Amino acid sequence: MTRSFQTSGAPHMPPPTSVAKVMLQVLLALTPGVLAYAWFFGPGILVQIILSTVFALLFEFLMLRARGRPLKPFINDYSAVVTAVLFALCIPPLAPWWISCIAMLFAIGFAKHLYGGLGQNVFNPAMVAYVVVLISFPQAITNWLPPSALAEHSIGLADTLITIFTGQVPLAGGWDAITQATPLDTLKTGVDAGRMIPEIRNSPLFGDFGGYGWEWIANWFALGGCFLLYKRVISWQVPVAVIGSVLLLSLPFWLADPDGNPFPLQHVFSGAIVLAAFFIATDPVSGCVSNRGRLIFGAGVGIITLVIRRWGGYPDGVAFAVLLMNMAAPLIDRYTRPRIYGE
Amino acid sequence: MIAMTSTHQIELAKKAGEHTHHFHGGLRLRHNKKISCRDPVEQPPLPKLLVVPLLQHAGDIAEPLVHVGDAVLKGQQIGQCQPCAAVHSPVSGIVDAIEERSMSHPSGQPGLCVLIRPDGREQWVKINPLDDWLDASPDKLIAHMQNCGLAGLGGAVFPTHAKMRDGRDRNTHTLILNGVECEPYISCDEMLMREQPDKIILGARILRRALGAERVIIAIEDQMGAVEKALTGSAEYAESENISVVKVPTIYPEGGERQLIQVLTGLEVPAGGRPSDLGLICQNVATAAAVADAVTEGRPLIERYVTVTGNGVSHPRNFRALFGTPVSHLVDQCGGYTDDVARLVVGGPMMGYPLDSDDAPVVKASNCLLALTHTDIAAPQPEMPCIRCGECARVCPAMLLPQQLQLQIKNELWEPAQAYGLSACIECGCCDYVCPSHIPLVDWFRFGKGELRKRVLENEATELARKRFESREARLLRIKQERAGKMARRKQMLKDKSTQQDRIRASIERAENKGRTKSHKHSNGTPDDT
Repeated sequence: MTRSFQTSGAPHMPPPTSVAKVMLQVLLALTPGVLAYAWFFGPGILVQIILSTVFALLFEFLMLRARGRPLKPFINDYSAVVTAVLFALCIPPLAPWWISCIAMLFAIGFAKHLYGGLGQNVFNPAMVAYVVVLISFPQAITNWLPPSALAEHSIGLADTLITIFTGQVPLAGGWDAITQATPLDTLKTGVDAGRMIPEIRNSPLFGDFGGYGWEWIANWFALGGCFLLYKRVISWQVPVAVIGSVLLLSLPFWLADPDGNPFPLQHVFSGAIVLAAFFIATDPVSGCVSNRGRLIFGAGVGIITLVIRRWGGYPDGVAFAVLLMNMAAPLIDRYTRPRIYGE
Repeated sequence: MIAMTSTHQIELAKKAGEHTHHFHGGLRLRHNKKISCRDPVEQPPLPKLLVVPLLQHAGDIAEPLVHVGDAVLKGQQIGQCQPCAAVHSPVSGIVDAIEERSMSHPSGQPGLCVLIRPDGREQWVKINPLDDWLDASPDKLIAHMQNCGLAGLGGAVFPTHAKMRDGRDRNTHTLILNGVECEPYISCDEMLMREQPDKIILGARILRRALGAERVIIAIEDQMGAVEKALTGSAEYAESENISVVKVPTIYPEGGERQLIQVLTGLEVPAGGRPSDLGLICQNVATAAAVADAVTEGRPLIERYVTVTGNGVSHPRNFRALFGTPVSHLVDQCGGYTDDVARLVVGGPMMGYPLDSDDAPVVKASNCLLALTHTDIAAPQPEMPCIRCGECARVCPAMLLPQQLQLQIKNELWEPAQAYGLSACIECGCCDYVCPSHIPLVDWFRFGKGELRKRVLENEATELARKRFESREARLLRIKQERAGKMARRKQMLKDKSTQQDRIRASIERAENKGRTKSHKHSNGTPDDT
């Protein structure tokens, strides 16, 4: 007796991975850094992550609806959540709630869906969102906190929530009592004021390499990044190129004038370099495809960041660097197409 | 197109097998081969009806040489196809019908098959072994291979004689026997190498002689310990020099001709070229065994080793099955299907093609019949947009950028698709397997290749039509010019004629005038004044 079968194309094996799994691995890799962040700077970051995730999913839902796309596979792919978490890591933990709302509108609505949705965006959505709020609301997102251990007033969860949702600090002295410039800010204003770096670094805000607390968060992000490398979610070219270019380019400046230029490792462990190297510049959609292209892309991010830090108006320039390199990515891809077998 | 290779490359190719090299990408997959290797290979009982497709090789379909009702003998040629491989009857019996049937072809299309009802006597046609093969000319050996219907038994079923002629004409120095069965589940070549090493060595010597090659390398996977011993033992026994067994690491798709050559030599077959450009010819180990049968015993290709395996059959094993044996017959010999069987595949899980029914026959290309369960294949996943993760490029053995290539095909940009190396794709399925967005990349590439072929044909057709039009125009113009020339000449002639007549008339008139002047003695005009 003959028997009929359903046919389907090869390969006849269950796929080992999926977009959702990749995104979940990225989220998992971010977890140690996020926890370290909360440890050093209080629960604000967790509130910001929840806020931006909620807004990201809301706009994802609305845009999918508006575009007539199926909801389930795209809501469940966690890509909006990754965008939200990366954005939340860029803003001060006590930023007002509407910052994430506006940011996610731009990230998900404009940078992602107006360009065609998942996989089609030219620019990294989280960086678009950050740059939009950084330029539009500089006041609201420059209120950084010192690490809890250095703070005069420690801020609990209740105070954090009140601050985020009302914009008013429920403590005597208001914002001035609790905020403090970031190490990169301190460095920039200090150097601009003609002070020498070893002197500036005497402040308790600085740790061994970067800012106190910040360098440990960077370590944990790097650990998560190594997990992604091990799982082959990201390739080594981008992180190596970002960090390598920062080290190489800052070295001659530091050797020439150690009083006016931070030493190379301080650059790496300050600001968002490590986060960018492993989690932002590695965004496959807005980055380069070939291995050589990824090296160029990563090096570009590192170099532009340093240029902005040294000569630009912002203490950190990672977001601008990433967006500028996003623009260049298609061109880089065009000129770094790998050789085909036998050619 | 014959690609250029340097003498340096040929020298390197001559050192094939001394070291193993790497090829780009590839996958380490679970083997799943042991389940079908527990029992010795047996021949199943004769089925009631054999369905022998007339297209079992790469190329054109063969013409049937028999009619319905004819009695055929085992090994009798029943299909003929001049440039391709002949088709022979696997049994003695009666031709029941010649009709369109499922022919286990990757296209899934039915085709002309000869249905033979065995008489059970297994009476052989008169066979013609080449007993003097050691003295036979390469041409004679290769012609014999063609008459015996030999085609590459690794799965591509490229007619053996065509490859051998190419190799003979191109200074082949090394014959590579491919025993690298890199797809999971398939174990027919491994079983053949274990059970018939002598035949493979004999076939290797015949093939080497036909090519005029110096060396034979038999490539096997590093996990095949017993096989290595068996083959080296046979090679020593045959006292044949320059036959070496080389173990290569088990990475899919290492059994691909181009990948295997890269692993053995570190060289890449030039784009648009063939292994013979490097002085190498690859044949499957099973083809070598079939060559030995054909040359020393005169047996045409009528059967092969087939693995029937997977969690969908009760007792996986290998068979020596006659072509035309229905798949269902072999599955019955394995104790039938398990309850949760979901898909039937010819070949391995990476490149195999599905059968819609198990009445399809075993053919020259059927190395494996794989019955998979629901848990083996998993529910079809929704296709997501590409996130450009680059995994496909990392695993691609042809070093392509599959997602970029797919984009060109999707947008029907055929020239960029060519530039992205569409024709270099070997359809191994690595990119497809690792894609987190579950994009059926290989389906796109097959579609693209088909479209390109179509366009090439169309271009040829338009070119031909253009040439035809131009030559017609030229012909018409020529005829017109000729006609015009003729007319002009005739006109000229007529004109000439009229002037002639004028002259005659004139001279007559002159004569008359003369006469008149003579008679009148008055002349008041010149002779030409008419």
